[in-house]
Amino acid sequence: MEHITLLLAIVVVTALVFDFTNGFHDTANAMATTISTGALKPKTAVAMSAVLNLVGAFLSVEVAKTISGGIIDEKGIRTEVIFAALVGAILWNLLTWLLGLPSSSSHALFGGLIGAAVMSAGWSSVNGSTVVTKVLLPAVAAPIVAGIAAMLATRLTYRLNRNTDEKATAKGYRAGQIASAGLVSLAHGTNDAQKTMGIITLALVTGGVLHPGANPPLWVIVSAGLAIAMGTYLGGWRIIRTMGKGLTELRPPQGFAAQTGAATVILASSHIGFSLSTTQVCSGSVMGAGIGRKGGVVRWSTASRMAVAWVLTLPAAGLVGAGAEFLTKQGTWGIVAVAILLVAGSGTIWKLSRRQPVDHHNVTADEIGEAPAAEPAGVVTTAIAAVTPPPTAAAAAAIDLKATIQAPAPATPADPPTPAPLLQG
Amino acid sequence: MHIDWAALGSVFGVSLVVTVGLVGLFTLGIVGLTKHEAAASGTGNVALARTGAYVCFAACAAAVAYGIYLIVA
Repeated sequence: MEHITLLLAIVVVTALVFDFTNGFHDTANAMATTISTGALKPKTAVAMSAVLNLVGAFLSVEVAKTISGGIIDEKGIRTEVIFAALVGAILWNLLTWLLGLPSSSSHALFGGLIGAAVMSAGWSSVNGSTVVTKVLLPAVAAPIVAGIAAMLATRLTYRLNRNTDEKATAKGYRAGQIASAGLVSLAHGTNDAQKTMGIITLALVTGGVLHPGANPPLWVIVSAGLAIAMGTYLGGWRIIRTMGKGLTELRPPQGFAAQTGAATVILASSHIGFSLSTTQVCSGSVMGAGIGRKGGVVRWSTASRMAVAWVLTLPAAGLVGAGAEFLTKQGTWGIVAVAILLVAGSGTIWKLSRRQPVDHHNVTADEIGEAPAAEPAGVVTTAIAAVTPPPTAAAAAAIDLKATIQAPAPATPADPPTPAPLLQG
Repeated sequence: MHIDWAALGSVFGVSLVVTVGLVGLFTLGIVGLTKHEAAASGTGNVALARTGAYVCFAACAAAVAYGIYLIVA
């Protein structure tokens, strides 16, 4: 702990911020369908997901030994490269959140890493065939596998319950859906919080604070778990809305089939060793469940916007990562500049998001912001959204986001920030 | 380039079978309980439907427990 430099401190904080965006970006995976079918109230759903994410973070001690799983050559990777990669991943996560598009946080991180590594050490540091097998192929396979499973399950459940009253069975389906969503949250906490712990540990090892092969210190585990849980609790309402309402209208049997399919695919893929992105699995299963019901409609325009975002994730995060690495290469002022740009960029995106806020009040409303006279419910929700001061959680997080990044910036290398402030981020 | 088609195939197969199986079981359980309510008004075998439903739910609970085991392990 005694030799944490300014750079290392910035990287640790940035990794926690990434963890945080990862949390609120991926709340939708577990909870979008649960919220849209009314199985849980929005706030209850995100709270449950946050707790399970936190528990998940502590469940497994198998911390990811590599950040990228072999996509880039991590030998001799410099701390600046990790920082630049994180900046790319965070900005892409925030931008897709602003647009309400679910996209894979892991792929954003891979993209950032690839961009930063190429800028730092040239194309030879990227393992092209691993990119195909770990990113491109899963991106195509995940929605297909999850979609077909959820579609068939939806068909089956509608066939079996065709003689029963939909109202009588809804309660049961909702209960089942909560269980599946809980499993997804738990798995997410285990996988993604481990990833951040891996990044911080690797940064500490590259910075010479930890011995290679050392286990992550307790404060790393605790802060990574808290960051992802807080992000989850904040709730990426825009993405929840897209997944729960935008893609298709889900009824309780469909929500149950979709969520069970997603949980099964995620567990099967991580157990068998062909890892698939949680986000892409969940989007696929929602669409599958949409197709599976007779008369169900999938909004392909939303689905194709989402697909475009998936395709762009890697190159876009890569470009930002490369740009960030170009600046950090210039020396200390470059690192500070990147940190300031990250804060400014995040702040701008957050400001833009306030123009048409989506939060737990209107996450399942039919219209947001527009058509005020169309229906009374719309007026009420719009009014609430307009009158309510920015939801405290969101505001606090935004301030938090700025504070956590800016705080260490003025510090000098001789003045190592204690881990205590990190716990808040 | 090595693509592990076998792993992808088994993910696909396992996911399909388990998802459809679980959703089917759970639906049978729900339908069984609903029948039980309907049966209370006079028709059908109450005990059988109810027992069947509980067996289905128990199987689903076991699947969830196995899922948690997979996450922890």
